Amino acid sequence: MSLSYLTPEFKVLRDYDKCINCKVCMRQCSFEVHSYDEHLDKMISNDMNCVNCQRCVVLCPTQALTIIKHPQTFKEHANWTYDAIRDIYRQAETGGVLLSSMGNDRPYPVYWDKMVINASQVTNPSIDPLREPMELRVYIGRKPDKIEIDENLNVKTKMPPQLKLETPIMFSAMSYGSISYNAHAALARAAEELGILYNTGEGGLHKDFRKYGKNTIVQVASGRFGVDREYLNTAAAIEIKIGQGAKPGIGGHLPGEKVSEDISATRMIPPGSDAISPAPHHDIYSIEDLAQLIYSLKEATDYQKPVGVKIAAVNNVAAIASGIARAGADYIAIDGFRGGTGAAPKRIRDNVGIPIEFAIAAVDARLRSEGIRHTISLVAAGSIRNSADIVKAIALGADAVYIATAALIALGCHMCQKCHTGKCNWGIATQDPNLVKRLNPEIGYKRLVNLVQAWSHEIKEMLGGMGINDIESLKGNRLMLRGIGMTQKELDILGILAAGE
Amino acid sequence: MKKVYVKEEVCVGCRLCEVYCITSHSKYKDVLKAYKLEPQRPTPRIVIEENRPVSFSLQCRHCDDAPCVKSCITGAMRKDPLTGVVTCDTDKCVGCWTCVLVCEFGAIIRDVNNKVASKCDLCAEAGEPACVKNCPNEALVYSEGGISV
Amino acid sequence: MRIVIIGNSVAMVGAVEAIRKYDTSSEIVVISDETYHVYSRPLISYYLGNLVSEEKMIYREKDFYRKNKVETVFGIKAISIDERKKEVHLENGDSISFDKLLIATGGKPIIPPVEGLNKKNVHTFIKMDDAKKLKEAAKPGSKAVIVGGGLIGFKAAEGLHHLGVDVTIVELADRILSTILDAEGASLVSQSLQNDGIKIITGTTVDKIIGDEYVKGVLLKNGKELEADNLIIAIGVVPNVDVVRNTSISINRGILVDNTMKTSVEDVYAAGDVAEGYDMLVESNRVVPIWPNAYMQGEIAGYNMIGINKSFKGIFPMNSIGYKNTNMITAGITNPQQEEFEIISKIDHNRKYYKKFVVKENRLVGFILINDIDRAGLFTGFIKNETDITPFKKYLLNDDFGFIYLPKKLRKAKMLDLEVV
Repeated sequence: MSLSYLTPEFKVLRDYDKCINCKVCMRQCSFEVHSYDEHLDKMISNDMNCVNCQRCVVLCPTQALTIIKHPQTFKEHANWTYDAIRDIYRQAETGGVLLSSMGNDRPYPVYWDKMVINASQVTNPSIDPLREPMELRVYIGRKPDKIEIDENLNVKTKMPPQLKLETPIMFSAMSYGSISYNAHAALARAAEELGILYNTGEGGLHKDFRKYGKNTIVQVASGRFGVDREYLNTAAAIEIKIGQGAKPGIGGHLPGEKVSEDISATRMIPPGSDAISPAPHHDIYSIEDLAQLIYSLKEATDYQKPVGVKIAAVNNVAAIASGIARAGADYIAIDGFRGGTGAAPKRIRDNVGIPIEFAIAAVDARLRSEGIRHTISLVAAGSIRNSADIVKAIALGADAVYIATAALIALGCHMCQKCHTGKCNWGIATQDPNLVKRLNPEIGYKRLVNLVQAWSHEIKEMLGGMGINDIESLKGNRLMLRGIGMTQKELDILGILAAGE
Repeated sequence: MKKVYVKEEVCVGCRLCEVYCITSHSKYKDVLKAYKLEPQRPTPRIVIEENRPVSFSLQCRHCDDAPCVKSCITGAMRKDPLTGVVTCDTDKCVGCWTCVLVCEFGAIIRDVNNKVASKCDLCAEAGEPACVKNCPNEALVYSEGGISV
Repeated sequence: MRIVIIGNSVAMVGAVEAIRKYDTSSEIVVISDETYHVYSRPLISYYLGNLVSEEKMIYREKDFYRKNKVETVFGIKAISIDERKKEVHLENGDSISFDKLLIATGGKPIIPPVEGLNKKNVHTFIKMDDAKKLKEAAKPGSKAVIVGGGLIGFKAAEGLHHLGVDVTIVELADRILSTILDAEGASLVSQSLQNDGIKIITGTTVDKIIGDEYVKGVLLKNGKELEADNLIIAIGVVPNVDVVRNTSISINRGILVDNTMKTSVEDVYAAGDVAEGYDMLVESNRVVPIWPNAYMQGEIAGYNMIGINKSFKGIFPMNSIGYKNTNMITAGITNPQQEEFEIISKIDHNRKYYKKFVVKENRLVGFILINDIDRAGLFTGFIKNETDITPFKKYLLNDDFGFIYLPKKLRKAKMLDLEVV
C-alpha cells in the first residue's frame, strides 16, 4: 500500500506525571489508540486512530489525558480549507463516497440563535410556575372541525385518535441497528416514565420492548422492516417515514455484518443479509399513493391509532405538508437539515435540505392559510438543542418536537461523528456486545428523564415569563418571537418581527 | 449482610475497580500516590474475569459458613460476629494457601510479595467498597441479599 | 449440662465455637495431656524453620477459654472412658463425669519396628514438643534423615533446611508425597527440593538405627548407610484411639462416627484425626486427617451435642502445601489407576506448572495443581457440590479458568446468591 497523505486529526496529550499505566484507556478504546509498550514501560498513543470520542479522557482515573485538535496545519487558505484538502486525500485513496454521521456540521446560520423570546413587563403579569399551574400537556392528532357537547357537557363529537404527551417532547426515530439494544431500552423506559413517546425508527420493534407499546411510535419505512400486524397494533402510533433531515432523498443501508440474530429477528430479514431501505417507497409516487398507505395502516389498526408521516425539510415543504394533511395523516414530522443520522454520505448531509426553523414556519403558515391546520399536528425535528429551541419551535407553529441527537448526548454521545464505523465507544451507535454493555440502560434512562424534566422546567419558566400558563397558547404565537440579525426576507418567512419592532 | 454483587451485563471491563481497590488499600488512599509513590503497591483484593464480551469482577462473598475461616491453619482468617465481614489478619497469616484451596469462589488472592492471603474487606475503613463507588457503569452494587437481574 | 472434650486442638475449637453460638450455659471441660494454649499443629514446621515465633502459633486469642467459659484440665492425660457411668478417667486417678463427650484426641505417629529406636535424637514430628526438641537438637551443618516423604516428612524437611541442616528423605514408595501426588507431580516437587540440596532416596526404608547413646546414622534396607545426627520418623499418623480401648465404642481404623459425629455410643462423639467419618468420594467411612476436616467435624459434633441437628455432608482429602516457592494444592482422588476415571492434565516444565483433573461420570473427583494454584477452590467447590462439569470441562486447563467459563445461568446463580433452578 502506498503512503497515505492523511495526518492525525487529533492529538492525545498524556501527562506522564499522572499516567499510572492502569491501561483503562487501552481497554476502553475501540479504535485502538492506546497501547502499553513493555520496553518503554509506558502507555503510548496512536493519534492517527483517535476520533476524539473522549471515552478515555472521561474514564482515566488520574485525568492524565487530554485530546486536542492536532496542531498540524496546511498553508492557510480561505478556500482550500483543511477539510477540503483532507476530503480529497481520502477520496483519492479510497475512490468511495465519504461517509459521516450525526447532523450537518457546517457553519450554516443557526436561526434558533437569531430569535429571541418575549417576556411580560408591567401591563400583563408574568406567572410563577412554582406557584401556579402550568400546563405542558399536548395532544398529537387530527382535531375535529368543531366540537359538539351534549346537555351534560360531554363531548358528543367522535374524536380521532390522539397521542397524549405530558410534555411536548418525543424521542425521534432511531432504529435498532443504528443504535444499540441498550440505547433503545433506555429510550423506551424513559418515554414511559415521562409520559411521552419514543420512536422505533425503521428497524422493527424488539420483542423485549413490546411492553412499552403505549409509549412507542413504530415506523413504516421504504424497507418495511419488522412490519406486521402485531407490530402496528403494539404501538401507540404509526409513522410513515418518507425522508430524514440528514439525508433527504436517499435511502439507507445496514450492512449484512451488522444484521445479527437479534437484529434479523427484529427486522424480519435473514441474518447477515444487507438491510436496504430504498430511496423512495416503491409504492408511493403521489399524494394519492401516500393516502393509500395511510389508510391501509389505519385499516390494519382499526382506526385506533394516529398515523403520521415524517419528511425531510426541503424546498417545497409547505406544499408537501399540505398534501400530507389532505392525504389523511394525523401528524406530520418535519426533520430539518441538521437532523442526525447513524450514517450518511457526507456531501448529502452537509448540503441537502433546509433549516427546520423555516420549514416549520412555512408549513404552519401554509396550513393555516388553507384552513386545515387543525387537521394535522406538526412535530419539529432536526437539532433541537435545548428548551429555548423548543419554545421557539412551538411559537413558530409546532405542536411538539422530536429530539434524538440531544437524547444521545444525554446518554453519553460525544459527537465524534463516527456512528457509521459501528465502534461507538459509548455503547450507543454500535452492535458490538463489548461496546453495547457500556451503556447501562438503568443509568441511561435516568439521564434521559433528567434531561426532559429539566427542559420541561425551563419551558415552564419561559412560558411563565411570557404570561402564558398553557403550552397550547404558545403554539404559533409568533408575536412572542423577535429576530436579530436577519434579512427582511428571513423574518417574513419566519413570520416574526425584528427585535425592537 | 451487604455484599458486592456484579451485573455482568453492564461491566465494561475497564478494571477501574482494581485501580480503586489498590488505592483504597494503599497508604495514601490516593490513586496517583498509590501508584507513583508506593514501590510495592497493594495486591488488588478482587478477581477480574474476562472472556470478551463477558467480564466481571468478583469479591469475597463473606460466606455465612465461611470455609476459609474454618480451614485457616493459623486462625488468621476470622469472621466478625457483628458485621459478618471476613478478614485476614496478615500478621498471623503464613501464606499456606489453605483458604485458596477451600474458597469455592476463588475470591482469595495470594499476595505473593508478602506471602499472605489478600481478600476483600468491603473497605471496612472507608464505609463503602471503593470498587462499587468508582464503578463507572454501576455494574457493581453493594446490597443486601443478592440482586435481581 | 456438662460437655467434656478430650483434646485441645482444632476439633475442640470447632466444637466450642459451635456450642457457644447457641448455648452459653452448659459447662465445657477440655482435657489435654499437653499444657499449651490451643495452637496450630500445622505450624510446627514453620516454627522449626524459624518462620513463626512460638507466640504466633496460638490458634485462638489468649482469652479463648475464658471468653467461652471453658474449664481446662491440661497436662493430664485421659486414660479411659466409662461410657455407662459417663465418666472420663484421668491418669492422676481423677474422674470427670459428662453428659456429652467429644473425643478429639487426634493422631499419633506410626513408629516402625526397627532396631535402635531408643537412641537419643530419634524424633517424631506432630506436636509442639516434637518441634521444640528437634529444633534444639538440629544444629546448622548437622545431618538429618527423615524416614517418610509424606506430608509430615516434607514439611519437616523444609523446616530443617531453613535451619541449615543437611537433609535426606528416605521414602519407601517410588516418590515423595505419594498419597497426594502422581509421578509427574512428585518429580516436579522433588526437583525443587533437590535444587536446594535436599537428598531424596526412594524405594527403601530404614532397617536399623546406628549409634550408641545418640543416633549416628541409619542402615537402609537397600544396604546403604547414611550418617545422621537426627532421625525423624515421619511415616504417618494413625488415629489416637487409646482412650476408647476396652469400651463398647466401635473402632475401625479410627472411631466410627455417623454424619452427626456421634459414635456407636449415645452421647459420645468423635471428631478430627481420631474419627473415621464419611468420605463423599470413596462413599464410605475413612480417616481424613486434615485440619479443615477437624474443625468442621468438631463444629458438627458441637451442634449435635447441644441438640441442634446438623449433619456433615462428608469430606474428602485436600491439602495445600508448599516448599519455599513451590506450592501445590490437591484434593480428592489424584492418582487413580482404574479406567473409569478420565484424566485431563497439562504440564509446563519451564514454569514448573502442573495441572491435573480427575473426572468420573461428568463429575470432578480430584485435582492436582502445582505452582499454578490460584483459584483452586473453584475446583474444590465442583467436587464438593458434585457439579456437572460437562459444559466447561474443555476449559478446565485454561490459565484463566474461572466462572467466566461456566454457563451463564450457573455462574450468575453462584455469584449473585440466587437459587439454582
